[in-house]
Amino acid sequence: MIKEIAEQLKTRFSEMDIEVPLEEIESKLDALINEYRVPVDEAKRSVVNQYLRKSDIPELVKIRDIQSEGQWVSLKAKVVQLWTSESESIAQAGLIGDETGTIKFTKWAKSDLPLVEEGKCYMFKNVVTDEWQGRFQVNFNKNTEIQEIEENIEVGSSVEEITGAIMNIQSGSGLIKRCESCNRALVKGSCGEHGKVEGKYDLRVKAVIDDGKIVQDILLNKDTIETLTGITLDSAKEMVAEALDPSVVLDALADKLVGRYFKVQGPKIGRYMLVEEIQKMPVASDHEIKELIAQVEAL
Amino acid sequence: MQDAEIPMEFAPRHAQISEDTEPPINRRFGRREVAKRVFAKEYRESNLTFKESDDQYAPLYLLTPTGAKCNRVFIVGTLTEKEDIGAGAEFWRARVVDPTGAFTIYAGQYQPEATRALAEIEPPQFVAVAGKVSVYDPGDGKITSIRPESISVIDAESRDIWIMETARHTLERISTIGSEDPDAKKAVEHYSPDREYYKQMVLMALMSMTDKPAEEKDSDKGGFDVIDLSKI
Ligand SMILES: [Zn+2]
Repeated sequence: MIKEIAEQLKTRFSEMDIEVPLEEIESKLDALINEYRVPVDEAKRSVVNQYLRKSDIPELVKIRDIQSEGQWVSLKAKVVQLWTSESESIAQAGLIGDETGTIKFTKWAKSDLPLVEEGKCYMFKNVVTDEWQGRFQVNFNKNTEIQEIEENIEVGSSVEEITGAIMNIQSGSGLIKRCESCNRALVKGSCGEHGKVEGKYDLRVKAVIDDGKIVQDILLNKDTIETLTGITLDSAKEMVAEALDPSVVLDALADKLVGRYFKVQGPKIGRYMLVEEIQKMPVASDHEIKELIAQVEAL
Repeated sequence: MQDAEIPMEFAPRHAQISEDTEPPINRRFGRREVAKRVFAKEYRESNLTFKESDDQYAPLYLLTPTGAKCNRVFIVGTLTEKEDIGAGAEFWRARVVDPTGAFTIYAGQYQPEATRALAEIEPPQFVAVAGKVSVYDPGDGKITSIRPESISVIDAESRDIWIMETARHTLERISTIGSEDPDAKKAVEHYSPDREYYKQMVLMALMSMTDKPAEEKDSDKGGFDVIDLSKI
């Protein structure tokens, strides 16, 4: 096992132009794991950090591997989307992506970095990871270097799948209104960008699904909700008109979703999975039950 | 990629997304806790609680004999009893039964959704409960219960899915007993669990699905034996 990890690390190091003999990595890992009883993940981290510190290049990582805040990393990524920002302290913000997924970035105005363009690929050196409201992002600051690169990066749609139970449905779900010009959800009849507007109705569910091992925030759109629950935009409007209370839709959706098992599929963007497909989880067949029983007995 | 949800979610670092009124994610302690799947028998036998930091807001964990580190749990079973034991304000105690035993649930004013649900649901019913672990020590040993965040009425199929899922997760944990897994090691030190005993518990749960009692086909009896008094 140590040999395999060592080979993995060696490959990773060479990608960063750091050449380390395999035996050296192996003996460091061996000492940490077998002598000091450090968990494998910690051992890997320790070895990686030793060499990174020596070479002083932040590790070139894939977006999927960003799982902690306050890490200096480098990324090769494509600018997928630029967002308009109201704040003067932010020069640019949006999404960048590589083959493993996408992540939000914020480029501070103080950083004095060149403008990036949508659809172009860059090497982002020395960016720092951050976490905000439970999801990871990267910040570009004055230590960051941005170089446009020639190669084209195929951004992974990172479609993921999870089968679990829906734990809760959050407020902001049910019958909502969106701004006609920018599609933002209105808060008390107001768009964050365009102020008081008439708005158009839409159905949306923000929920948490949990399979006992991981937790995933999910977003269901109108079409998915209509097919799955039979509650349509029109029937939702009628329900609200009758009850004179918009929360009836949320309650009705909760009745059909919370505590139940589903298989959901869709691209993960930032913190949310945008659900494209949702199915009720089928109940186990007698055959599956017997198989599991045999497995227990064999243990 | 062009989904309008994305710009809507964007806000500068310290701005508030006023629309986002979901329970705040505990920034200091990272992500939302996973809801662990544990059978009632094992949950009941658990008594090792700990926090991973001295901070008063650090999550409380209950470690079970097979090494499930639970802060939140998700359980499915039959609500068999409920009682409002509050003096003045509503305070519900309820019993949710799975094939291995019973969970005790307490819900009061701080669990408004669950309290409302409990007031309405008439036992027996299949329910799904997501909630936080709660441990009370009256002096002669710890008693585990669940502080529910949500309670919903579900069907027998969801109950079966939960039994399969919980059996699988428990089985995985049983097989880590004796390994270097930190939770398993901690559980072994505290409980010295007997693998055979927990294997039997899982088997008991799975067997309950194979010899389906006849009344389950007749849903209005709610999965309970109807005793024919004339035969006694
Ligand atoms: Zn607008």
